[in-house]
Amino acid sequence: MSMAAPQPQTAVDPLLRVEHLSMRFGGLVAIDDVSFEAPQNQITAIIGPNGAGKTTVFNCLTGFYKPTIGRLTLNAPHGRFLLEQIDGFRIAQRARVARTFQNIRLFAGMSVLENLIVAQHNKLMRASGMTLGGLFGFGGYREAERQAVELARDWLDRTALTAHADAPAGSLPYGGQRRLEIARAMCIDPVLLCLDEPAAGLNARESHELNELLLRIRDEHKIGVLLIEHDMSVVMGISDHIVVLDYGRKIADGAPAAIRQDANVIRAYLGEPEHEDLPSAVAADIEKRGG
Amino acid sequence: MAANATSTSPAIGVAATLDWPEILKTAVFAAAITFLLAISIVGVETQSGPGGLTLSTRFPEVAIAVVGVFFGSMALSLIRGGYPVPAMIGAGLVTGVLLVVLVLEAENPSLKYLLPFQAVVIDWGAVIIPAIICVRAAQVAWRARRQATGAGDTAIGIQIGGLARRLMPWVGLIMVVVAIALPWLPFGSSQRKIIDICTLVLTYIMLGWGLNIVVGLAGLLDLGYVAFYAVGAYSYAMLGANFGWSFWICLPLAGIFAASFGVLLGFPVLRLRGDYLAIVTLGFGEMVRIILINWWWVTGGPNGINKVARPSFFGFTFERTAPEGHRTVYDLFSSVFGQEFTYNPYWRVVFLYYLILACALVTNVFTLRVRRMPLGRAWEALREDETACRALGINPTNTKLTAFAVGAMFAGFAGSFFGARQGFVSPESFVFIESAVILAIVVLGGLGSQVGIVLAAIVLIGLPELFRELKDYRMLAFGMGMVLIMIWRPGGLLAHRDPTIRLPKDPAKPKSPA
Amino acid sequence: MEYFLQQLINGLTLGAVYGLIAIGYTMVYGIVGMINFAHGDIYMIGAFNALICFLVLGVAGITWVPLALLIVLIVSVVLTSVYGWSVERIAYRPLRGQSRLAPLISAIGMSIFLQNYVLLLHGARGKPLRAPISGGFTLMEHDGFTVQLSFVQMGIIGITVLLMLGFTYVITQTKLGRQQRACEQDMKMASLLGVDINRTISVTFVLGAGLAAVAGMMVTMYYGVIDFYIGFVAGIKAFTAAVLGGIGSLPGAMLGGLLIGLIEVFWSGYFTVEYKDVAAFSVLVLVLIFRPTGLLGRPEVEKV
Repeated sequence: MSMAAPQPQTAVDPLLRVEHLSMRFGGLVAIDDVSFEAPQNQITAIIGPNGAGKTTVFNCLTGFYKPTIGRLTLNAPHGRFLLEQIDGFRIAQRARVARTFQNIRLFAGMSVLENLIVAQHNKLMRASGMTLGGLFGFGGYREAERQAVELARDWLDRTALTAHADAPAGSLPYGGQRRLEIARAMCIDPVLLCLDEPAAGLNARESHELNELLLRIRDEHKIGVLLIEHDMSVVMGISDHIVVLDYGRKIADGAPAAIRQDANVIRAYLGEPEHEDLPSAVAADIEKRGG
Repeated sequence: MAANATSTSPAIGVAATLDWPEILKTAVFAAAITFLLAISIVGVETQSGPGGLTLSTRFPEVAIAVVGVFFGSMALSLIRGGYPVPAMIGAGLVTGVLLVVLVLEAENPSLKYLLPFQAVVIDWGAVIIPAIICVRAAQVAWRARRQATGAGDTAIGIQIGGLARRLMPWVGLIMVVVAIALPWLPFGSSQRKIIDICTLVLTYIMLGWGLNIVVGLAGLLDLGYVAFYAVGAYSYAMLGANFGWSFWICLPLAGIFAASFGVLLGFPVLRLRGDYLAIVTLGFGEMVRIILINWWWVTGGPNGINKVARPSFFGFTFERTAPEGHRTVYDLFSSVFGQEFTYNPYWRVVFLYYLILACALVTNVFTLRVRRMPLGRAWEALREDETACRALGINPTNTKLTAFAVGAMFAGFAGSFFGARQGFVSPESFVFIESAVILAIVVLGGLGSQVGIVLAAIVLIGLPELFRELKDYRMLAFGMGMVLIMIWRPGGLLAHRDPTIRLPKDPAKPKSPA
Repeated sequence: MEYFLQQLINGLTLGAVYGLIAIGYTMVYGIVGMINFAHGDIYMIGAFNALICFLVLGVAGITWVPLALLIVLIVSVVLTSVYGWSVERIAYRPLRGQSRLAPLISAIGMSIFLQNYVLLLHGARGKPLRAPISGGFTLMEHDGFTVQLSFVQMGIIGITVLLMLGFTYVITQTKLGRQQRACEQDMKMASLLGVDINRTISVTFVLGAGLAAVAGMMVTMYYGVIDFYIGFVAGIKAFTAAVLGGIGSLPGAMLGGLLIGLIEVFWSGYFTVEYKDVAAFSVLVLVLIFRPTGLLGRPEVEKV
């Protein structure tokens, strides 16, 4: 797991810049003035105890929530987008930010391949002349569909799902569903991939394979990856950069090695020093798994 | 509750000891429930007389029902308890005796006092219940014997399922061939009646296929589908009556009107959750009907519009004599085939039959094709998970709206056909129960299954039409049938879904996939 | 002013009836998440049970009105509750855990069945009943226009208020209410904690049917004529009321019922009778568009 991570590039504009993001639900402050950056070609992990507001950040980024305050700038190769001003599905459609969900959301009744084809909806919709052309057999729909299938096949191969291509997605084992969800997100050809706890529920081997997959995605597709994860072996093993949230605030931001030593982080995860009896074991565990 | 105490069944085939007190308790409980259900509504009859309501009693019926339920419950307990054979014999005896009496009674009405109920139809209904118990017991007994001899029947079940699946495309083709040949088959005197029924069934098949796009594919629960049917029928009737336009101009217009209506209604409500959408569409359906009744200077009020223009064969009329400047279809055929054809009312029936067959097939082909388009796949994806769709950049509102509009369009086509066939339209054809029936066809058929919808339409529309003599009991059986089929097959008759695309073999890798 | 007052009284009376039926919808929806489509027909069965009971008492010679009313109330509630129980047992319980559509279709089937069952057994003609109670107070008299509050109306509003209080007590204070609320929140968890789910759901249907029976009895006395079809229209309106008030909420159902009753009566009184149902449905659509969880429903935060 000690793969050499590329050195952080000090580009002028990072792929994603989150500035002063706050999200309130009534009186509850879920995120409080959080700012961070997620560069292209890097894996940025967002970690923090349960309820720290990690998924809420994702929901703001991907248009499920409208942030109360804040600016979310995406400097994609195909343009510059202010995500907080784009609504809902258009973030995936135009800005090409893809995401997965904490509790897997596949189209369970449709086949694995269909899941990947649906992800290429907007591209295929244009090719089919908003359906009318495709319906009557005009235009290049057939060819577009063939290309879509080839892209899907590529991802099926990478996620080791080719043998199950025609099976209903809901019938896959848990790990397969996680991988399919990532493959599906990649099929929209994203510039930023947001993964919400992709390793949850995976065993050690599957989790290791996931690391490999994510590193390949980073290195071959040159996209930014944003990762929420509790599994420290994944976080420490593959992320180039870690943002730590606690109670909706950012308490640390830096390279994995620095985060591991950060006093604030240790306190957030392990509690105040006076309760050290139990957490020391956990601390050792984190050390061991991270190192 | 005593009734579900027995639902934990011991392994079938193992000779279990029967818990007689429990069985008796269950049976008494069931009988008591039956008594309470029947005592007032069944046991007392209200008759409208000149001086208000008078009462008469029907206590023998109540008693028979209670006794019947008591023994029926015991029989079911026996089957569950691992002793299907006595239950089978008992239920078989009851069925046999009732059948014999029923058959003899047809010849000799003096035997009527031997029958449990006064209405013969109810007696036939009463035969069915012990017959079902008997068949069920026999099935359980047979399975137990097979298990005892070591042969599982699940394998056979899977084989049959697989066979049915492979035959499915052929079933569709055979159905189309039969449907095309139908008017030429020799049915004798009942031919016209059969074609009429088939036309009706096909109308519902088309409506079912149309609603299937909305409910089966896009997963939008629409309880007011009949409103679009009404819009289609009335657009055709009004355009035809006011402007004298022909059926062939009005048909597409009716579809367009219905679709626009769908967009108009759908736009504000499609973001609602499933059940709310259901109730709002139900409300819309009722509103349309109320407006049709009360906006009488446009719609003709409760009487509707009479004298709706009958469709012509591309301008050639089916009437006995053609109006000025037109020809009849008989003249046309005479001149084309060089053989003398004269006025024959059956021609119009056959023409209407082929017309609706063509409309229905267009609906079917559209659905089959659109399912392989991105739009169709987006509909299904939306049904599966709307949140995931948004995360993939699919516009949920537009996608739902297209499903709603396309479904409405086909209802509009079907509606204008309906108006053309009837020759009149009136609001009473578009009551809620019609929406319910169409929805039932879609769900019973197995959501999304085209062939299933055909089967369900035949079962729900065709069978009751054939047994029209039972007129009053028809809807009773219809309602109970819906419940029973749902319990028997909650996923619908044909619940299997085939993927719309399969991964082709990779040309780069010659080795076959695992 | 007098006209307005009279309409208000009539609207409240009608609204109380809708509210009682709506509670049945809202409870069932809250606990099993399905539209109990046959509920309107249970109400119709309740009305018939009450009618038959009135007639039988008439034949039996029990003419002292309070006693007769009490007997009718008890008998029709008990008999109708059995219908509620049976409908759940036959048509819904086998389908628990299936897709959302299966029980809905089953419920529509049950509704068709019950309507035709009564149609066959009692005929299609309206059944008139001579009013067992008549008279009332004249609240106001002005320019020859009288504002009347009949005893039946008083009874309907009074009984409804009592039942509402009783129900609020049952739901908030008793073990049964706790079990119901537990099932509403999380059925699997409730069953793990020893709540008998089947029993709780059955009781919910029985209670709903009981309230519908009361509503049916009151309507029989109020309008003096019933037929096999009254369940459908009342059912839709009551469901509208339940959604309007916020489905799953008991006070919401009552509020929704009152609003639908008032809208209907005032629309008929001041505009056109023909479009009163259109008015009621339009309000529903507007509420759902602008406040999709109903007036008193809990707002739902989408979890992703």
